[in-house]
Amino acid sequence: MAYSEKVVDHYNNPRNVGSLDKSDPNVGTGMVGAPECGDVMKLQIKVDDNGVITEAKFKTFGCGSAIASSSLATEKLKGRTLDEATQIKNTDIVEELALPPIKIHCSVLAEDAIRAAIADYQKKHGAAVKQETAEAK
Amino acid sequence: MTNAKRQIYLDYQATTPLDPRVLEAMMPYFTNVFGNAASRNHPFGWKAEEAVEKAREQVAALIGADPKEIIFTSGATESDNLAIAGVAHFYKEKGNHIITTTIEHKAVLDTCKALEQEGFTVTYLPVGKDGVVTPAQVKDALTDKTILVTVMYANNEIGTIQPIKEIGAICRERGIFFHTDATQGIGKLPFNVDEFNVDLASFTAHKMYGPKGVGALYARRKNPRVRLAPIIHGGGHERGFRSGTLNVPGIVGFGKACEIAQTEWKKDYEHAKKLNERLLLKLRAELDELIINGSVEHRMPYNLNISFAYVEGESLLMGINDEIAVSSGSACTSASLEPSYVLRALGVTEDLAHTSIRFGFGRFTTEDEVDYAAKKIIGTVKRLREMSPLYEMAKEGIDLTKVQWSGH
Repeated sequence: MAYSEKVVDHYNNPRNVGSLDKSDPNVGTGMVGAPECGDVMKLQIKVDDNGVITEAKFKTFGCGSAIASSSLATEKLKGRTLDEATQIKNTDIVEELALPPIKIHCSVLAEDAIRAAIADYQKKHGAAVKQETAEAK
Repeated sequence: MTNAKRQIYLDYQATTPLDPRVLEAMMPYFTNVFGNAASRNHPFGWKAEEAVEKAREQVAALIGADPKEIIFTSGATESDNLAIAGVAHFYKEKGNHIITTTIEHKAVLDTCKALEQEGFTVTYLPVGKDGVVTPAQVKDALTDKTILVTVMYANNEIGTIQPIKEIGAICRERGIFFHTDATQGIGKLPFNVDEFNVDLASFTAHKMYGPKGVGALYARRKNPRVRLAPIIHGGGHERGFRSGTLNVPGIVGFGKACEIAQTEWKKDYEHAKKLNERLLLKLRAELDELIINGSVEHRMPYNLNISFAYVEGESLLMGINDEIAVSSGSACTSASLEPSYVLRALGVTEDLAHTSIRFGFGRFTTEDEVDYAAKKIIGTVKRLREMSPLYEMAKEGIDLTKVQWSGH
């Protein structure tokens, strides 16, 4: 299988590999996938008091496209607010990495990982979320 | 990278390079001696026929058969089809039951599946964790309707060797035909049709340093005589078993490859054994949690199938395949998105099946190539494990089998 240049680049030089302290209240952790499916992504975000993602880290067990998808996801997350982060769609990743149809599930998994990380952060800050919702009304 | 890229071939179960001596033997038959071996009335045909008959003798000699028992085909897939469907169709009045194993090549499994559609009954014997089926399993599965038992000699993915001599003896005693897909074994392991109680054997040239596109089916002519219904109809070549103009250069190359194998297979065997042990030793010195798939004891030295726990197979291939050619049991490398059915049949869990790599060694593999490959694999596995959430969790002492995965 031929990989796009971007996938190869992210595979060879993955951005933001690593782990954040998952017990830190400012860190949200998302873990999606399953070993028997051949891909597991762990994606973590660190959010400052203004709701801006200052750090994003990943670790991925999976094919080159899965590694590239999660690597790209961490790049996209940094500097965004949580609201902006939820706007990231798997199709953005597909397009940017030129993933073939058979690898689209890698991008879906990356989107799931982003949502799971955000959800985890919001769970830790249950009150804050409610407040935002109230304001929105 | 300062050095030029290397091209190291470690996929000898997929195919082998052509031995230069084989190519040399074939060359005249592409050009000067181009006749049709079935042309009975001029020297062009006679010369081609003579070459084919010499090759038939060389092929037969390698397996202890009579040349008349060799049917040339397009390859082992066709041989498997002819053997299994040929026996089934010819003897369908006698019985409708076939026995095979779950780890056969698709050429066998899918032929059996096609026969099931026609009303035949097929028993697929499971293998143990070691990837080996026992003679007792075969014996217990035999019924008075059984007409054929087909069990492979050496497995293409995991290299395990089946006890075909013992299985053949059981079949012989019960008067049931025994076919073996010996594609990976002939020319590489001891094999003799009489000693191994084999009635039919499929094999091909390109797994033993011969050309692609030519194979053979051995079909016993007496004690017992095997009759076959052909699957390809036409001009009545190969005594009516397989019509179609003979691939003369291919057959000549096949013959030469068999002749070389007969005198050199033991050397090849020792060479591969040394390289296999060397690679494993080097990998084990630097990497933990390596799992060898398939029996260590009953396996051919040309194959090493390893699961690199916590590292997905395709991502590992991606890190090495600019220089090293191997294959993977990972789903991601196959069109089906299913991990290897052979590994699954062994009871290898899907997560480990995804991390498996098959290494194949052969006549032209060098120690230097193995050392280079080992170094590159070690570096890539280490890098990917640093990136693997599973490795991190395992190192934290988390039991991955107890984790609630979200699935997908």
